[in-house]
This record gives sequence, C-alpha cells and structure tokens, in this order.
Amino acid sequence: MISADLNIILPEILLSVFAMVALLGAVYTEKDKLAPTLVWITAAVMAAMALWIGTSGSGTNEAFGGMFIDDGFARFAKVTILISAAAVLVMSQEYMQRRGILRFEYPMLIALAAVGMMMMVSAGDLMALYMGLELQSLSLYVVASLRRDSVKSTEAGLKYFVLGALSSGLLLYGASLTYGYAGTTLFSGIVQTATEGHLSLGMLFGLVFLASGLAFKVSAVPFHMWTPDVYEGAPTPITAFFATAPKMAAMALFARLMHDAFGQAVGDWSQVIALLSLLSMFLGAVAAIGQTNIKRLMAYSSIAHMGYALMGLAAGSALGVQALLIYMAIYVTMNVGTFAFILSMERDGAPVTDISGLHMLSKREPAKALAMLVLLFSLAGVPPLVGFFGKLYVLRAAYEAGLAWLAVAGVVASVIGAFYYLRIVFYMYFGEERDDAVEMRSSPVLYGLLMASAIIMVAGVVNLFGIEGAAAAAAATLVN
Amino acid sequence: MESIILFAPLVGALIAGFGWRLTGIRGAQWITTGLLFLACAFSWIVFFTHGPETQHIQILRWIESGTLSTDWSIRLDRLTSIMLVVVTSVSSLVHLYSFGYMAHDDNFREGEESYKPRFFAYLSFFTFAMLMLVTADNLVQMFFGWEGVGVASYLLIGFYYRKPSANAAAIKAFVVNRVGDFGFALGIFGLFFLTDSIKFDDVFAAAPALAETQLTFLWTDWNAANLLAFLLFVGAMGKSAQFILHTWLPDAMEGPTPVSALIHAATMVTAGVFLVCRMSPLMEYAPQATAFITFLGASTAFFAATVGLVQNDIKRVIAYSTCSQLGYMFVAAGVGVYSVAMFHLFTHAFFKAMLFLGAGSVIHGMHHEQDMRNYGGLRKKLPYTFWAMMIGTLAITGVGIPLTTFGFAGFLSKDAVIESAFAGTNGGFAFWALVVAALFTSFYSWRLMFLTFYGKPRGNKHTHEHAHESPNVMLIPLGVLALGAIFSGMLWYNSFFGKEDTVRAWFGMEAVAHQDKGHGDDHAKADDHGDDHAKADDHGDAHTNEEHHGEGDSHAAEHSDPAHAAVAAAHHGEAPAGAIFMHPDNHVLHDAHYVPKWVKISPFVAMVLGFVVAYWFYIVNPKLPARLAENQRPLYLFLLNKWYVDEIYDFLFVQPSKALGRFLWKRGDGDVIDGSINGVAMGIIPFFTRLAGRFQSGYIFSYAFAMVIGIAVLITWMSITGGAQ
Amino acid sequence: MTVFAFYLFALSTIAGGLFTVISRNPVHSVLWLILAFLSSAGLFVLLGAEFVAMLLIIVYVGAVAVLFLFVVMMLDVDFAELKAEMAKYMPLALLIGVVILMQFSFAVGAWDASEQAESLRMAVTPEDRHNTEALGLLLYDQYFLLFQLAGLILLVAMIGAIVLTLRHRQDVKRQDVLAQMYRDPATAMELKDVKPGQGL
Repeated sequence: MISADLNIILPEILLSVFAMVALLGAVYTEKDKLAPTLVWITAAVMAAMALWIGTSGSGTNEAFGGMFIDDGFARFAKVTILISAAAVLVMSQEYMQRRGILRFEYPMLIALAAVGMMMMVSAGDLMALYMGLELQSLSLYVVASLRRDSVKSTEAGLKYFVLGALSSGLLLYGASLTYGYAGTTLFSGIVQTATEGHLSLGMLFGLVFLASGLAFKVSAVPFHMWTPDVYEGAPTPITAFFATAPKMAAMALFARLMHDAFGQAVGDWSQVIALLSLLSMFLGAVAAIGQTNIKRLMAYSSIAHMGYALMGLAAGSALGVQALLIYMAIYVTMNVGTFAFILSMERDGAPVTDISGLHMLSKREPAKALAMLVLLFSLAGVPPLVGFFGKLYVLRAAYEAGLAWLAVAGVVASVIGAFYYLRIVFYMYFGEERDDAVEMRSSPVLYGLLMASAIIMVAGVVNLFGIEGAAAAAAATLVN
Repeated sequence: MESIILFAPLVGALIAGFGWRLTGIRGAQWITTGLLFLACAFSWIVFFTHGPETQHIQILRWIESGTLSTDWSIRLDRLTSIMLVVVTSVSSLVHLYSFGYMAHDDNFREGEESYKPRFFAYLSFFTFAMLMLVTADNLVQMFFGWEGVGVASYLLIGFYYRKPSANAAAIKAFVVNRVGDFGFALGIFGLFFLTDSIKFDDVFAAAPALAETQLTFLWTDWNAANLLAFLLFVGAMGKSAQFILHTWLPDAMEGPTPVSALIHAATMVTAGVFLVCRMSPLMEYAPQATAFITFLGASTAFFAATVGLVQNDIKRVIAYSTCSQLGYMFVAAGVGVYSVAMFHLFTHAFFKAMLFLGAGSVIHGMHHEQDMRNYGGLRKKLPYTFWAMMIGTLAITGVGIPLTTFGFAGFLSKDAVIESAFAGTNGGFAFWALVVAALFTSFYSWRLMFLTFYGKPRGNKHTHEHAHESPNVMLIPLGVLALGAIFSGMLWYNSFFGKEDTVRAWFGMEAVAHQDKGHGDDHAKADDHGDDHAKADDHGDAHTNEEHHGEGDSHAAEHSDPAHAAVAAAHHGEAPAGAIFMHPDNHVLHDAHYVPKWVKISPFVAMVLGFVVAYWFYIVNPKLPARLAENQRPLYLFLLNKWYVDEIYDFLFVQPSKALGRFLWKRGDGDVIDGSINGVAMGIIPFFTRLAGRFQSGYIFSYAFAMVIGIAVLITWMSITGGAQ
Repeated sequence: MTVFAFYLFALSTIAGGLFTVISRNPVHSVLWLILAFLSSAGLFVLLGAEFVAMLLIIVYVGAVAVLFLFVVMMLDVDFAELKAEMAKYMPLALLIGVVILMQFSFAVGAWDASEQAESLRMAVTPEDRHNTEALGLLLYDQYFLLFQLAGLILLVAMIGAIVLTLRHRQDVKRQDVLAQMYRDPATAMELKDVKPGQGL
C-alpha cells in the first residue's frame, strides 16, 4: 500500500530528495561558489519534472487515504508552477550574483517551496493543505529577506512573516471550525456534510476563515496589504517569483478547496469570493495609478489580476475553473516577461525601479520597448493580445453563472487599470528626454525570456497554444 | 491566366507603392504599365477564346461563418470577359498616357516629392479592385471590389491633396457613394436573409421564388424581388452617378485627367450598369424595380444633357456627358435588354475614355487651362488631338448611316438603346427623353469642339503661343482608342444587338422559340440587318470575330432545349444558364428590331439638329449664345447651377448634419462625455488612489487591522445572509 | 469534579490570554502566557490527551516561553510607545472585537455538528491503547505524509535561520575555533634569546 502511495507522490519525493542532496553536497564542497551551477541544475530538474508530470500522468490517483490527490487539475497547476519557478530561477541567477546575494541555499529554498506548492495543489485534506502551505510560505519568508544588508528586504521578510502567521492562524481557525462541524479533515468527507442550505453558522464561519487565509496567499483585498511592501522590499528576482508560481499554487488550492470540500455549497462561498474579486479588481486598478515604483505597480497589478482570476472561481462552474486556469497560466507568462524587463533595468550597475527612468526608452532600446509594450497591452487586456482572452474567459464564466454585475464591474475596472499600463507605454514612446534614463542591461537569458513572453502574447492569439483544451480537461476533473 | 489578369495589377500596385525606392520611379512606372499590358493581352485572349459558358475558378476559401460559406473565386462568363477587356484595355492605355501627362506637375515640388509611383500604384490598385468587382462570383466579393474602387477613386480624386477643392471633391465622392453602398449592402443582407447564400448561382436560382415572397421592411410589406432589386439599384445609382446621387461625378473632375478617363468615364462608373446586368436574373422578376430603373436612367440622361449644354469647363462637359450616357445604359438595362446596356457600356468606354484623354491632351497643351472660353482655334496647334477629339465626337453624337449598321460605335449602340427604349416602353417617356438627350448631346459635343478647336484664340495670349502638341506616349493611346471608337460598334453589333437567338447564344442563354408570326416582314428586315452586319465585318478587321460567332452558334444548337427550360430550371432551384438572363416572356430585344422607321431615324435627326444649332451658335453667329443667355437668364442660371441640386442638398442635408454634428461635438461630446470622463478620471479615481495610498501606511498592525476588519465584515455578512437560511 | 476542573482551567486560560495582551510589563506578559499554556495543558489532560499535555508543558513552557522571556529581556523595545500608537485604534478595535465575539457566540450557541460527523471520523481513539502508542501509530502510518512534510518544514526553518543569520562580515574579527585548537607552541611562540641589558 505504501509503495503505491509513494509512487504517486514520486515527483514531490524526488524534488525534495534532490534539494536535500544538493544542499548537503554544496555545504561540504564549494558552498556559494557552486550557487550559479545549482541554480541552473535546479531549474533543469524542475523543467524536467514539469515535462514528466505533463506527459506521463493520467487519470485521478489518490494516495494516503485521500490526503493527496493527483488529477488533471493538479497536474495542470504543477506544470505551470514548475515551469514558472524554473524560468524565474534562471532569470535571477545573474542579477543576484552581481549583487552578491546568490547563496547556494537560494535554489534549494525555491525547490522546497515548489514541493510545498505541489503539495498544496494536490491537497485532499485540510492538514495536508496546511502543511503544503506552510512549507511554501516559510521558504518564501526566508527568500524575501535574503538581502540581509538591506533594511527594506529585511522589513519585507518580517512583514510577510508576521502577517503570514496571522493568516495561517485564520486558516487554522477555519479548519478547526470545519472539523468541528464535519468531524473530518478530508475534503471528500467534508463535501458529504456541506450541502447547500444545510450548513450551520459555525461551518459558514469556518468557510469564511479558510477563504480569508487563502485570500491572503493570493493577495486578494482586504488581505492584500502585505503585497506592495513585500514586492517592493524583496530583491527583484524574488518578487518575480512571488508574482508567479505561489500565486498559481494558492489560486489552484483555493479552487480545489472550494470545489472539492464545499462543492455542494457553491452559493455559500460564491458570494464571498465575488466580493473579494470585486474589491481586488478595483483596488488593484485604482491604487496602482499612484505608484511610481514599477515593483509596487506590479504588486497592485497582481492584486487586480487576482481579482479577475477569482471572478472565474466565483462563477462556481467548470467553465469558471477553466477560465481561472487559463487566466493564471497567461498571467504567469506575462509576469515572467515583465519581470525579465524589470530585472534588466539598471543605472550605473545598480537596479532601478522608478518608472520615470523609462522615458523615451523606445529610442534607445526599440526591441525591448516594443516587447514591453506588447506585454503591457496584454496585461491591460487589450485585444487581440492573449491577455484579452484570459479576461474574456473569466468574464464569460461570470456572466454565464449569473454574475453579470461582476463581469460589468470587471470591465470597468480593467478600463481604469489600463491607465497605469498605458502610462508606461506613454513614457517609453512619447515621454520627454531626461537624464535619469535607465540603461537596459543586455543579458541573453532576460532578453530571451522577455521576447519569448511577448511573442507568446502575440502568437498565442491563434489557439492559445492549446491551453484551452488542457484547462477544460483539468477543470472537468475538479468540478463534476 | 485569369488569375494573372486579376493579380498582375495588384502586384504592380504593391511594387510601385511600397517598393519604388528599390525599383526607382521610372522602374515603378514601367512595371505597373507592363503588368497592365500583360493583363490586357491576356484579357483579349480570354475574350476571344472563352465561349459563352460560365466557368468558376476557385482561388481560396474565403468566409466560413455559420451557414455563410464562401469561396473567393473568379466567375468567368461573357459578361466578365467583356468587362475584363474594357477595364484592362482602358487602364493599360491610361497608364501609358500618364507617362506624359504626369511628367510634370505644379502641384508637387519637382524632384523632392515622388508623386509618380504613388499615382501609378493607385491606378493599378484601382484596376485590381475593378477586376475584383467584375470577376466576382458572389455578392460579398463584388462588394469588396465595389468598395475597393471607391477607395481608389477617393485617393485619386484627392490626389492633389494640397488643393482644398480636390480634398472636398474626394470626400464628396466618398460620402455620396456611401449612400448608394448602404442600399447595396442592405440588398446583400436581404438576399442572404432570404436565400441563405450570397453566391450568384444560388441567388439566381432563388429569384423566381423571391418574386413570390413578401418581405416586411420599414413597417410595410414589399415584394421581395422588387425590394431587393431596388436596393441593389440604389448601390448602382451611387456608383454610376444617377440622378439624385450624381453630384459627386462632376466634382470628381478635380482629379488628374487620366483618372477621369479611367475611373469616371470608362470603368468604375459603369460598375452600376454591370451590377444591374449581372443581377439580371433577379431584375427579370422585379418589374417595378426595372420600371424605376428605366425612368431614372432616362431622367438622368435628360438632366445631365441639359446641364452639359452650358458648362464651360471642358472636363465638366464631358463629365455630364458621361452621366447622361450612363442614363442611356440604365434605360437599356431597365427595359430588359441587358446586352444592349453592355453594348453601350462597351463602346462608350472607348469613345469616352478617348474624349477625356483628348481633353487631357488639350489641357496639357494649354498649361492646365480648363475653361473652354479661353480656348479657340487650337486645330492647328494640336492637330492629332483635334482629330482624336473629332472621332470621339462623331462617335458620341452617333454619326452613321441611318437604317444600316454602318457608323461610329456610338451610333450603333445609342440607336440600339433608343430603339430598345421605344420597344420597352411603347414610345413612352424614356424614349422621348433619350431622343431629346441625343439632341443635346450632339449640341454640347459640337459646342465643345467648336469652342476648343475653331474660331479665334481667346484668353491668355501667352498660353496660346506656347500651346503645343502632346508627346507620343499620350497620342498613341488616343490612336488606339480611336480605333475602338470607330469600329467596336460595327464589329460586335450582332453579338450584342443582333437577332435574339444570336444574342442569347453569345451570352450563353437558353434559346427561346418565338411565335410572333405577325412580324414576318420585319423578320426579313432583321435578316437584312444581319447582312449589313456581314458587310460591316468586311469593312472592319474582324478576323477573329468570325470564328467566334461560329462557336456561339454551335453552342446555341447544343442548348436548343424546350422553350421554357430556363424558367423550369429556375423553379427547380438551378440558376439559369448564361451570363445574363432574359425571361422567355421578355420580347423587348426582339421587338426593338421591329420599331417603326421614324423611331430608328429619330436619333439621327436629333444628332443633325444638334450639330446644326451648335454650328449656328458657335461658328456662324458666335454672339448668339451670350444673347440667348441674357434673354433666358433664369433658365440659363438654372442649367449653369446644375438644377441647383447641390444647393438643395446643402440646405437639406449638409447644413442640418453640420448643425447636428456641431451640437453633438460641443454639447454631447465635449460637455457630457468628456466632462463625465474627465470628472471620473481626474477627480474621483485619484481621490480613491490617494485614499488607498493612505491606508498603505507601512505599519504591520494597520495591515493586520485591515485583515481583521475584512474578516469581521465577511462573517457579519455571512451570518446575515447564511443565518437567514 | 471534572466539571469544576474544566471551568477552572478554561477560565485561567482565558484570563492568561487576556492579561498577556493587556499587561504593561512585557515580562509579565510572558508570565501570563505561561499560565495560559499550563491551563490548556490541564484541559488536554481532562480530555484524556496526556501526551499532548506533556508536550505542551515541555515544549511551549519549557522552551518557547523561556525563549520569549530571554528575547523580551534582551531586546530594548519601547512597548509603551507601540501601545500608544495602537491606542489610537482602540475604540474601533474594541468595536470589531465585540462584533466578532457576538457573531461567535451566535455560532457556538447554535452549534450542531453534521449528522455524518460521527461516522466520518478518521482517527477514533482506540480503547485498548494508551495515548502515546496511538499517536505513534497514526503518525507513522496514516499520517506518514504529513509527518514527513513537517520534517521538511523544520528543515526549511533551519536553513532559513542559518541563511539569515550566518554572515561572514569582513570588518568583524571572528573566532576560529579550529585554528585556535590546532595552534601549538611551535607555531604560536617564537623563542628569542635575549641578552641581558641589551634588549631586542
């Protein structure tokens, strides 16, 4: 029995074993000198793992009495998580090395965080959920404050840690209430007891607390407050990581919890999530307008984007989950490209994050400015770029689920949000000549990722690279 | 080969338009012109080798949406091959002519601005769009070409973009055409709505059924066939500058003269006539619509001719003449003799293009002076141009020997139109309007000739001294077109307006047995016509024509099915065979040959009368016109101001639209929309942005506080909504 | 008797928590916290979970609380200032606290577990085993995955602690224990034969 179980979680085991072996190996040999190599090896292992999971898995397999579920949904999320984590890793190598913060523990922590995320998306039990979540969060707290010399980085890590602890408390409280009602922590058990209209008030509170704990992880309003500070304070590659894989993992976990454990009570949680979605979209759009730091701006941007993704979840249907998955995959791709751009912004060797430095960039770096333009348009959801289709999907899902008001609000918010994306475009193309202009460091990795991301945004228009079908299949395994 | 004809101009346009820096200005000119001559040569080959049958050449799958499934393909039949020849011949000659005409242009800074490749690219692009239109196999494809020529026309009218008047004219042409295109588009929508297809074959097959369908439109019940035919004709009215929608054509003369020759005389403006002929299977079932076409065509012919009498700008005279001749074509199409409409279209293309090019040559020689009052006595200075214009004038006024088929091209086709009009309306309004118009045509054409080439030089002396004959590149096209203006009528008379069986065979229609025995004598007469025609063939250099006829005849023999095959086929859901369709009950073509003799002579009489009056007015007694204008001042002004149509439109449409536009702009757009958007964008949203910034204090406890507030709100909400359950 | 014990422990837990928050002296706060830990250990004993009760005392009271005490005493944090800042929010916070409290009293007051809850229980306390054994059986069998994950979490915590604290700063003198140990008189000392009255 145990060997069959182990077989199912083999990817997770292999990744953690790899992390531990590499850690030991590095400790006893070259230590930090080995870090660049380790970064690349870790990225390669993750990419290979993604390939393996993406191609080999089939059907729904449960392990450890249902605590771990390996199904199409989990595999979709895992592939996205691993690929984006690998991309962010290779993006960060040069940047961190040049600034002397590339420790050999860094790739290991990312790998362990990835293990945590894989556990999250496969969780079939409240305890497994919490374990995966903490494994991920703890790794993130550490990497957020990786730059010890910087007050901001330390502050970011500390804030994230304290608020994360609070959110974990909320989550655990919700889990306790749920357990108290259902008598079990297994999702498959909870779903038997939680049927629409038959939930006691305590159970509803449990649901709300669980949702709040997860809303913190996806940085949905009003649990978003950490996001701008942490995004700004953390080293930029870490910010890039925060904006991609963990968001996907938390969102997938959110969807899994809601559908697997509370799938019979859609009406009860749909309104909560719709509210979170509405607030996130508007706050993300409105607050970002005032930002001049591109990292903070991206923080608000990700808050707004999470609002749209939550709209798909709020629909409470298979179409909604499909829309969510498509949206997240597109969002992650766009963010990888955008952060590749941000990572190459510097002046006199020091990183720059002020958007006023982007004035007239199109004159100096036409190719990069154009790629960034495509990405920004896509982030804003301008047709016919891929970002538009992501929005279209969630709007459709919300509309068909009877949340037309939410869809309309989403459109309004996206109009407001377009402002700050387009402002950057304006600076790049029609700004004024200034002497605090950024220099764009040309690194082949960053350049390649930026261009690849931009090209995907354009070329994906044809069929979204077949992601629709995959997402539909994944959603079908979750919602039935 | 058909694809090459179609795409050669496009290739030329692209090379000249985008690649002229590589090829050089000269290269771009030669490439476009060369490709056009290639297309022209192929078109003539197609014209002579392609039989009367209909052929579909698929190019690509085009639209696939719901039940709408459309290929992009070439429909090759007699109608198409005629139009191919007309379009490519005139276009290639105009390309050649433009070498000389566009050599120097004061509207552009010489040496700095390369307007020539642009001009040639536009010309070639226009040709491509026009070919798209005539080779269309379905309505949407046709509409594509239709709009394409509209765009090209807009670009070319406004070619001198520094002249405000040229820009205004371009916009006017575009806007007026929108009105027509709106009707055309509605017609297409209606056809698709009712027949679920836009392919010609399907639409034609459904025509008899449409005639029995009622359609509610604008709160009224209409007969579907009539309504749709009318809507399509509205499109044709716009493009072919028929009365009401004609106002853009005279203004379009702002464009360079070769453009006027190509677009606004020979090809684009005839697209409307082509459309009506193409849709003949539908028109045949829409008696009221065709009656309207006849009426409107006759009105236009008359109206434009009256206005042409008093115009002083040489190009405007020819423009009104074009307008008038288009009216002739519509009358022929309206009474159901589509072959004659096409005949006049065909001959008109030659002599009208030549008149325009000749006028261009005069203008060129006179340093861009266009007012005929400043011409005079140019016969000696511009001898070749004079002879070309003379031939053109003889052709347009219809000089020939009455009761025979020997004469200039216009003689044959115009007489055919007038005879058809008599037969079709039993000597009604259309016939008389056309005869009077013929008189006027003769008058203003000769007036043009006399004012320009005879008498004493008037106007700027300096200009007259420097008047010079145009270079050979401009004279050669004139010569070629002159051949067409002389012979095209005699050569193809039988094909277009011969015995009904011949015509039907030539256009690939089903043969129809006639039982009108009472006309035995006239039958013999018609045979005489045929003999005359044979004589004409001897005169003309018609070596290819002979075999052509033979082919057509044999084809007709193959198709000698029972009489009502066409209708039967139509009722069984098959499109009637042939490029055009004449209902078996439609005897106008047949009857046109048996009209009384005075009818046949009447256009000739009108022509002679017009000539005599013009001679009297401008050679014998040149003071007379001015005196007459003085005596009949209101009438003169009425005509000079083109019946005040522009002024009426200005009052009825332009001023109210402007007022409405200004209101919406200032009040609606400026105050309401901009005001509210600016209010939201600059007032409300920044307020919230500041608010959000204030909450983001940086203190952990305030962040935690926000989270707790969130929780409190959510669980309160839950206990209110969830507790209620 | 058990009822009396329950209420005693419950009340002292709540009181401990409350005073942890409101007491002015941070050292007192930690001491109140220890009281809360001890009381909840008592509650666990009443529930029959002796092992967990002992863990709570050993780990939380013995290690965590003592660590807190050290930290509080070593760090020079002006708690009064922080409290003054927080006092601004006090009215609103109180209001929200009261609201949440009322909500929960509703929820708990009308508490009913699901009908299937009884049958869905995953780890029913076995009759014939004692606490520690039962826990061990669960941890190493049914909850093996979670146990291992907890191990990973601790590993990450360890790595994190090392990464964030272990820094080799150039401008600070460090003690190299091995170097000190490997020193011997031969390398550490140089013997000079100094002539009397001359100096070096």
